[in-house]
Amino acid sequence: MSGRTSGPNGGMTLAEKILARASGLERVVPGQIVEGQVDLAMMHEQGAQTVGPFHQMGAPRVWDPDRVVIAIDHWVPASTEGAAVLHRILRKFAQEQHLPHFYDVGRHGICHQVLAEDGWVVPGDLAVGTDSHTNMLGAMGAVAAGIGPTEMAAVLALGRLWLKVPSTIRVDVHGKLGPGVTAKDLVLRVLGEIKTTGATYKSVEYTGPTIEALPMTDRFTICNMTTEMGAKCGLIAADATTMEYVRPIAKHAMHPVRADPDASYERTLSIDVEGMPPMVACPYSPDNVRPLPDVVKEGVGVDQVFLGSCTNARIEDLREGARIMKGQQVAPGVRFIVSPASTKIYEQALHEGLIEVFTRSGAVFTNSSCSACFGGNMGILAPDEVCASSSNRNFPGRMGAKEARIYLMSPAATAATAIRGRIADPREYL
Amino acid sequence: MRDLIEGRVWTLGDDVDTDGIISGKYLTIIDPDELKKHVLEIALPEFAGQAKSGDLLVAGVNFGCGSSREHAPQALKAIGVSAIVAESFARIFFRNAINLGLPAIEAPGVRKIFDRFDPARVEMGRGTITNLRTGASVRFPPLPEHLLGLLEAGGLVEKVRQELERRGGRAPA
Ligand code: SF4
Repeated sequence: MSGRTSGPNGGMTLAEKILARASGLERVVPGQIVEGQVDLAMMHEQGAQTVGPFHQMGAPRVWDPDRVVIAIDHWVPASTEGAAVLHRILRKFAQEQHLPHFYDVGRHGICHQVLAEDGWVVPGDLAVGTDSHTNMLGAMGAVAAGIGPTEMAAVLALGRLWLKVPSTIRVDVHGKLGPGVTAKDLVLRVLGEIKTTGATYKSVEYTGPTIEALPMTDRFTICNMTTEMGAKCGLIAADATTMEYVRPIAKHAMHPVRADPDASYERTLSIDVEGMPPMVACPYSPDNVRPLPDVVKEGVGVDQVFLGSCTNARIEDLREGARIMKGQQVAPGVRFIVSPASTKIYEQALHEGLIEVFTRSGAVFTNSSCSACFGGNMGILAPDEVCASSSNRNFPGRMGAKEARIYLMSPAATAATAIRGRIADPREYL
Repeated sequence: MRDLIEGRVWTLGDDVDTDGIISGKYLTIIDPDELKKHVLEIALPEFAGQAKSGDLLVAGVNFGCGSSREHAPQALKAIGVSAIVAESFARIFFRNAINLGLPAIEAPGVRKIFDRFDPARVEMGRGTITNLRTGASVRFPPLPEHLLGLLEAGGLVEKVRQELERRGGRAPA
């Protein structure tokens, strides 16, 4: 398991370099415990549980209000009294502590998405958030990790975080993705190989010509699902694509770094996507991955389809879905829920006429939020129901009843499935 | 944290995820006493009704995978779980548990030496867990010093409070 680690003179991986800078050290090696200076701390509703411990710690004030973002997203607007209380706790805390960067109802979005689109995390950052998919921001060439609310209280108090330097798995991808085959299919394929425990405590660094050719939206999708591999972080080195995206919006100084050519990886997984079909993760685990055509053959009927979540609800994902839905109808007996990842994306979809395409086809286009992704807000599944989803998790009970079966796939595949009423291959609609 | 933990064991399988520990529909509950009524509702439905303070959990690989919800270890702590011993843990769950002062111990090989309700003894310093019914035991690498320190302080809140106090940064009560 442990394999090779960097020798005393060996180079550093991307995560090692970023952590070395964050902890003010020349070099770090896997297994070393370091104290890192945090560049950005993000809280969503779970951050309400940070407030109690923060006060119990006796911290007089937040270490740097300009480095703290609060974005409510799970229940927006509040759909239960409990959620309303969480929002209130956060609003009050933001007021008391003079935290200006609060994405409240009306300018809200899924926390990871607002961090990405407003440049809160930039290349070289050490970023933490109270949500496990904070990993998504690793696509900026940053170490971005999920932490619990008590740990967040310590970060708010001290601006620092202890961490164990992870060893790194490199995923080197080559080959060209075929028509109708997406970054989601790619990351599902990787998950099928690494499995949900394969990267526990580790960093996953994505490299290779296929990755370098991907736009940011796809890089976010890939780093997002690194969480399902158990990883501490998933990252892609900042390059020209990253800089073009982030330069106009960066909220603080950037420190772009790349892995050293002689960096030591625990292992390298080489993936060739040439000729790869679309993929699907079957119940009840995101690593239960099969080629989509095999599942299509089995004629799996669905009750609900969800195009949403931080994994796949950016404007490019909605465009892809709308392109397939245009002039088509959602199959009778199927509910198709489409939820943009942020208010900005909602507006864009409005301007581009995508909302009309979806609603005309019989889909429900919702306000931007986590929506049906987590089974606590809307679009909840009854026992024995089947759902096709562009989100990232399909564990028992994830979207409602524990017996409900969830299939994870690309946005294009969700649209094709909504039309067919059975799990379908989007390539038939190109 | 005590060096010696003894109690009755509940066994669980592999990949018990945070939805299985506390389902998404309870995430707006803040009160741990309310939360504990729903603990393990999906993974082990009879647990919440029958658990006794001091019970241990013995689980398979990847315990606590899924979301970052601290509700999961919090609910287990609230119902009185004294330690969780697993083949392996998911990363955030492990950190959350330790931060709350709930011992989480990785002991490869532990799952197969326990059946439900076997009495167990954990020796933290020596790094052993023993089935007091069968006498079988496995060794585990004791937790690194800084984590033991966190558990000894009673969790991260206490640790940071002490650090802020040393620095003189404590707010007037
Ligand atoms: S969209 Fe789903 S995975 Fe993403 S932050 Fe929300 S609940 Fe979590």
